[in-house]
Amino acid sequence: MLAKRIIPCLDVKDGRVVKGVNFVNLRDAGDPVELAATYDQEGADELVFLDISASVEGRATMIEVVKRTAGEITIPFTVGGGISHVDDMKRLLRAGADKIGINTAAVLNPTLVQEGSRKFGSQCIVVAIDAKFNAEWGEWEVYTHGGRKTTGIKALEWAREVERLGAGEILLTSMDADGTKDGFDIKLTQAVSDSLGIPVIASGGAGRIEHFNEVFQQAHADAALAATIFHYKEMTIREVKDDLRLKGVEVR
Amino acid sequence: MIAIIDYGMGNLHSVSKAVERLGYETVITADPQTIAAADGAILPGVGAFGDAMQNLRETKLDEVAQAYAASGKPMLGICLGMQLLFSQSEEYGTNDGLNLLPGKVVRFAGDYKIPHMGWNKLSFLQEQSPLFSGLTEGHVYFVHSFHAKPELASDLLATTDYYQQVTAIVGRGNVYGMQFHPEKSGELGMQLLGNFLALTSSERS
Repeated sequence: MLAKRIIPCLDVKDGRVVKGVNFVNLRDAGDPVELAATYDQEGADELVFLDISASVEGRATMIEVVKRTAGEITIPFTVGGGISHVDDMKRLLRAGADKIGINTAAVLNPTLVQEGSRKFGSQCIVVAIDAKFNAEWGEWEVYTHGGRKTTGIKALEWAREVERLGAGEILLTSMDADGTKDGFDIKLTQAVSDSLGIPVIASGGAGRIEHFNEVFQQAHADAALAATIFHYKEMTIREVKDDLRLKGVEVR
Repeated sequence: MIAIIDYGMGNLHSVSKAVERLGYETVITADPQTIAAADGAILPGVGAFGDAMQNLRETKLDEVAQAYAASGKPMLGICLGMQLLFSQSEEYGTNDGLNLLPGKVVRFAGDYKIPHMGWNKLSFLQEQSPLFSGLTEGHVYFVHSFHAKPELASDLLATTDYYQQVTAIVGRGNVYGMQFHPEKSGELGMQLLGNFLALTSSERS
């Protein structure tokens, strides 16, 4: 049986790792390649780099980060952030990324999912969905542009649609849970995971060690992503995995 | 020198870096002479079986790979590269492979998530294989929607479990294949790759 995956996420801006705290303050947490290698040694199953550079120069720097990382680590990694063309995907995959994450660009142009998966294989295409509960609808809505814009699209429908278009995996971030440290969004994750035939990475809300067990056992996530708690050593990946193993969850 | 056969399919950079990290000189090449002269050859690959065979045929690298296998020097197929070693695949129509190992490649079919993607545990079926020297069973990283069914049990060195027994490592004489990505499989992946490279007469720096 597949092991459940633990995935640290590194926000990278102009070649340095940062993590948005309350979307305003950015704290510098170091060199992405060095951090990636450290997480590899600590037992991370995969890594996600989210490029939050706003400039062309910043994006060019990311290619260098990807190249250096590919030479240093022995686990797969995904690069996301600002990718809107098949050519961007190609450049990053050529530089050594294993998967490409697309979010806003997929909503604006769903054929990008199809083109990417046809050209590079479904396994390379991770569609990131930022979702927030819409009380009027009684279900979750997709947001884009880093959570700043509403779309009027239902998250569950969108997830099914991108699966149909060829996405290999969904990176599902709960905007309601993100930053709270109160645990992953169990309802959202379960709703999406149970209605798809592709793996779901749950993101947003990890604060305590038991949150990981909850998201795997109750919400049927295939992987769990976290940033702050790992970057600031609130817990290590080893500790999370030891706890999961004790609770009967298969981990590497 | 280890030749990584470049036939235009997938990312060869990671494999090449992993070989280098293990202390071996490596070259990414499509040149028949360079491949023939190498102490070991790696056939990587990500993508579709039919496209891969077409690329190999157009560049005549199919014959180069077959000749390399016949030379007796160690050769390793990785992921799609492993599947290409077999006789046939049913990926998007029936396509012939390199036919170095009898068997065919079939699609996963069932009520479970496809691709088989993530970390899964190896079971070593043939402990005496030099690939497993000094190693214990552990998790490695898989990404694939098709899987190989070797005709002969003797060619099957290791399996993993994904709703059925899934071919993970194959080997016959000097020809080996790994369905997972050893270069993306942490320490165990590097050790398996290292054991393959140790079979070559290539000098380790």
